[in-house]
Amino acid sequence: MGRLFENGNLELFRDGFLQTVELSALSALFALLLGTLLAAFRVSPVPVLRVFGTVWVNTFRNTPLTVLFFAVVFGLPRLGVHFDNFTFAVIALSAYTGSFVCEVLRSGINTVQVGQAEAARSLGMTFSQTLTQVVLPQAARTVLGPMSSVFIALPRNSAIAGAFSVSELYHFQQTMTDLGYGIFLIFFWVALAYLFLSACVALIFRFLETRLAVAR
Amino acid sequence: MSGSSVLYDVPGPRAKARNLILGVLAGAGLLGLLWYVYRSLADANQFTAAMWDPFQYKVAQEKILTGLLDTLKAFATAAVLSLILGALLAAGRLSDHKPVRTVCTAIVQFFRAMPLLIMIFALYQSLFTTSPFWGLVIGLALYNGAVQAEIIRSGINAVPRGQGEAAFALGLRKTQVMGTVLVPQAVRSMLPAIIGQLVVTLKDTSLGFVITYPELLYVGKLIAGTTATPDGYPYIPVTIIIGAIYITLCLLLTALAKWIEGRSRRGANRRTPAAA
Repeated sequence: MGRLFENGNLELFRDGFLQTVELSALSALFALLLGTLLAAFRVSPVPVLRVFGTVWVNTFRNTPLTVLFFAVVFGLPRLGVHFDNFTFAVIALSAYTGSFVCEVLRSGINTVQVGQAEAARSLGMTFSQTLTQVVLPQAARTVLGPMSSVFIALPRNSAIAGAFSVSELYHFQQTMTDLGYGIFLIFFWVALAYLFLSACVALIFRFLETRLAVAR
Repeated sequence: MSGSSVLYDVPGPRAKARNLILGVLAGAGLLGLLWYVYRSLADANQFTAAMWDPFQYKVAQEKILTGLLDTLKAFATAAVLSLILGALLAAGRLSDHKPVRTVCTAIVQFFRAMPLLIMIFALYQSLFTTSPFWGLVIGLALYNGAVQAEIIRSGINAVPRGQGEAAFALGLRKTQVMGTVLVPQAVRSMLPAIIGQLVVTLKDTSLGFVITYPELLYVGKLIAGTTATPDGYPYIPVTIIIGAIYITLCLLLTALAKWIEGRSRRGANRRTPAAA
């Protein structure tokens, strides 16, 4: 048992940290796309799409992320789908997070009062004007708060990828433990990295909130 | 779903026809997708009788059952502990003494920001090397306790200020104000959010898989990895069965939360905080 950051362990730590960041960022992007698509389904006037969106969201929100990782990592290769573990992790994380994003967006749209859209229409605004200038800007403000908790949770959830052989921060913790370094020392540095990440995400969202804030 | 939506007008004849066409097209597309998923599963021999045969044996069924019981055991213990911890931390955060407030706030913020897996693994490696059950349960209780504390605190803060002020004006002590006036009113509005967090607790018990606690997923992997069938190891059937069990459990809990929410909607108290 020596100092933690000897023999190139610092490089391992750095690589793990970067891998966590990359995994979270990519999954955030895909989750946002998937969530928006699903939310559009769930508020669309076509019943078939609404049902599909509801079933999809309820399935993925109620499946534990670990089970989802298990399904992707052990299931997909048996169907002839072969990617590296990082891609599998991105798939599982975005499918999981996307359904939460969908719920946040949907409830955000639902909080905009019907009177707002009615007023816009009676002023003669077209559908796209109503949507982009009246409904969505108001929805975006109410959505920011809940959305920030979804995306703060994302780097934390990404730790599970480490249990499925993606070499990110949890994987670093495992490796260092196997090498016999003190568990509290490792925990301290890994914890610090995650605290830093969630603080960054929180800061981004606070910046957005102040940018979008209006006096009501 | 009522007729009026923010996004579009109540459909007229033309919009109805258009929606019908879109619906038929989308339905066809989705059916095609389902068919494709079914075909690729069937082509990989996932629906053959041999693949599903293991689940007819008593051994496998009993294994899944004990896995389920172990999951529920961890969930129940963690739920009780997290609620106790949450109540204590919330009381600490609402305390009149600044040091207590500061310490409790720091604890809550720290455990809320920590990945659960990192914590469970550290606990398992340091304090509970021989008992993954307690590693899992303590990790779950710490994280979910911190979240429950925030739910309870915001629930109590959401009670109209006049209630507490009136109680203080009547000469009640802080403990009495909390216990007889604020908490009973707050419980009604925060129960859905608390149960929502319990769903998260239930889902997170599957992290026990990583530290070899024999819960549902671990048992599933054990079955899948040790039963060789002519068509390969039954990983996909196991995942389908275990996923279905988890989804059913979570939907049951969510339904309970919705039912309670609907009950407490009656009357003037309509506050329903969003689940974290």
